[in-house]
Amino acid sequence: MLKNIPLSAAIGLTITAVYFLAAIFADVIAPYGMAEAVGDVWEPSSAEHWLGTDQIGRDLLTRMIYGGQTTILIATLATILSFTTGATLGFIAAVSGGWIDQIMSRLVDLFMSIPSLILALVILSSIEATVVTLVIIMGLLDSTRVYRLARAVAVDISVMDYVEAARLRGEKLAWIIFREILPNALSPLVAEMGLRFIFMVLFISTLSFLGIGVQPPLADWGGIVKENKEGINFGIGAALYPAVAIATLSISVNLIADWILNRTTSLKGGRG
Amino acid sequence: MTTPLLQVRGLKIGATVYPPGEKPHDIEIVHGVDFDVEAGKVLGLIGESGAGKSTIGLAAMAYGRGGVELTGGSVTVNGRDVLKASTRDVRRLRGAEVTYVSQSAAASFNPAKRIMEQVIEAAVLQGKFSKSDAEVRAVELFSKLGLPDPENIGNRYPHQVSGGQLQRCMTALALCPEPDLVVFDEPTTALDVTTQIDVLKAIKDAIRDTGVAALYITHDLAVVAQVSDHIMVLRHGDMVEYGTTDEIINSPKEEYTQALVSVRSIKHIEKQPTDAILSVSGITARYAGTKFDVLHDVSVDISAGQTLAVVGESGSGKSTLARVITGLLPPREGSITFAGRTLSPDQPSRSREDLRELQMIYQMADTAMNPRQTVGTIIGRPLEFYFGLKGAEKQKRIQELLDEIELGDGFQDRYPAELSGGQKQRVCIARALAAKPKLIICDEVTSALDPLVADGILKLLLDLQKREDVAYLFITHDLATVRAIADSIAVMYQGRVQRYGTKSEVLSPPFDDYTDLLLSSVPEMKLGWLEEVIAHRKMESAGN
Repeated sequence: MLKNIPLSAAIGLTITAVYFLAAIFADVIAPYGMAEAVGDVWEPSSAEHWLGTDQIGRDLLTRMIYGGQTTILIATLATILSFTTGATLGFIAAVSGGWIDQIMSRLVDLFMSIPSLILALVILSSIEATVVTLVIIMGLLDSTRVYRLARAVAVDISVMDYVEAARLRGEKLAWIIFREILPNALSPLVAEMGLRFIFMVLFISTLSFLGIGVQPPLADWGGIVKENKEGINFGIGAALYPAVAIATLSISVNLIADWILNRTTSLKGGRG
Repeated sequence: MTTPLLQVRGLKIGATVYPPGEKPHDIEIVHGVDFDVEAGKVLGLIGESGAGKSTIGLAAMAYGRGGVELTGGSVTVNGRDVLKASTRDVRRLRGAEVTYVSQSAAASFNPAKRIMEQVIEAAVLQGKFSKSDAEVRAVELFSKLGLPDPENIGNRYPHQVSGGQLQRCMTALALCPEPDLVVFDEPTTALDVTTQIDVLKAIKDAIRDTGVAALYITHDLAVVAQVSDHIMVLRHGDMVEYGTTDEIINSPKEEYTQALVSVRSIKHIEKQPTDAILSVSGITARYAGTKFDVLHDVSVDISAGQTLAVVGESGSGKSTLARVITGLLPPREGSITFAGRTLSPDQPSRSREDLRELQMIYQMADTAMNPRQTVGTIIGRPLEFYFGLKGAEKQKRIQELLDEIELGDGFQDRYPAELSGGQKQRVCIARALAAKPKLIICDEVTSALDPLVADGILKLLLDLQKREDVAYLFITHDLATVRAIADSIAVMYQGRVQRYGTKSEVLSPPFDDYTDLLLSSVPEMKLGWLEEVIAHRKMESAGN
């Protein structure tokens, strides 16, 4: 499977792997402590500080690495939460049909009609923003999108004869969902997962930039942009590094998602 | 010697395949085929699916469908090699000299345009006729093809005529530009037998009257025997046998052709009815949200260890009956008794024992098996689910079942995509058998298969019945299948049981009108059958 990877997917895989490894081994590779002031304000890049320092003299590379850790951790957890809830509920709705489907789908429509950023702002203004609350809020808000996709895919699959055969055998809901439908719905869901992960990265960065996401002294990419945005007025590029990181990670993950989509939804294979 | 109208020499056709996980590569699907069609003659191309018959038919129009490429040889129409011709010349050819009738007229007509517009389109575009002349010609063709109200039928939209009528409209479309050659690609396969016979007759007369030559493609030898002068038998892209229709039907030389001719010659002696395992009484049913009944007061019995065939054309309610029996569609009235117990009308409230003893096999084995499960999982699940078998014991039983369906070793770890059509259907049979059922509902289980493969499946089902003493409710539209395997028969028409009894009772006169029509419409493997039937019907109607 790893042979014949198109160039674009290879680039995507490499860059994404670098970001994830940096996040996982942050403690090992970061040159300084996360909140340690080690130099002057907004020092230019040098041998000691590869990316220079930030607005209170912390090493920017260190901040970027720890920031990446927080951002990627929250985005990953929120994506997993959003997919498990969204897909499970979507499958249940599709397989059950009737009024269960109606109630669930209309509730989801209701939530989707409120812009999720505004909803998140409202909720976070009343509760404390920790990693856990952020993951739960982001994950649940996003699961409405996953629900819609999972339901649409599962509705198609649930009318197949093999699902009917399983029902006639007397199988319970769990078997039908996890053994008959899920394996056949996996490829569109996995491709979607890549895209949703990126939306999560953007979402958490947006929240932090607005000051209600990850709270200092914890670093995250959106927060670093916020902290250093004044520097742009003085020609200091510190705020641009996290922007570049967000952009490259987004594009890389999208390249992988495209590749998975291409592999699994070719004209010949369908969902096969 | 004059050159024939269509001369095909060493025709090779290739295609690019895209197997998952591998690099795309080219394969050859037709390996050098030669044949001629003389002006005014009909050549039948016959073979199972994948034999390359449609591809060869389209090659006569210098066309390759999808990724198909005409890689070698020559196709000469009226003395010109059309494979080497320029795009412009090929355009002059298609729709003027050679025309095409496809299998599904319903999918081929543009639903947004009136029939007349589409019938005359090619003739007018190719400059053969003016619009008004073409319309006059179209009306002539409509009446020649036996369409009702030929003057006005062209003003209708495609959805306003029946399937058989639309197929005849398509024949008119193909004949309208006065072509030299028409390619008929399975024109009657999608039709019911009772409709097929009219369309077949119309096509045959139209060919004779207009003096056009034709390539007639089908998988049904009995059908092609009625219309063609010569027959070419194809298999895996190679010619197997070529001869006059008489030679092929009455003295086939090749083993494969002999097998095709003698298909459905299974002998099955009917058993006398015994105690009923399943009794359906007074079932009336309709689908949710509709206002009419699909089944009216249907009552049938199935004897233990025997086969009840339910026959009828599409829309007669046979599959709905299966849905009622399985509990997927609770009936409005009536009751079902199974193995001495009254079955609950809706499936979720049935006991596990009821579910186990009543199994089902579907028409499309492709969609009846989860593509992401191995054969071992598919067959093993009922064992695990109903009998709690695990580990080595389960493996052993799976292998036994695979042996029973004549698949043998090495199939447990395969995925459905790695099986042929016949093998898939066998796995579905094994899955049903795994539950040790008393009754299996077989819904058109052979109609998606090639005749020889279907024969194998029917033989297997009969064998299994003897060994396992299982009863079958066999739903089919194919009377030849019914003759082969049934002990008793229920003929259904418009949601009612028209005729019901043992096989010999149902298949011997006196017949009611519908059963007579149905029985006489089944193509027989002999020359002149079509004329006999039509003459017989004319006499009958004259007699009335």
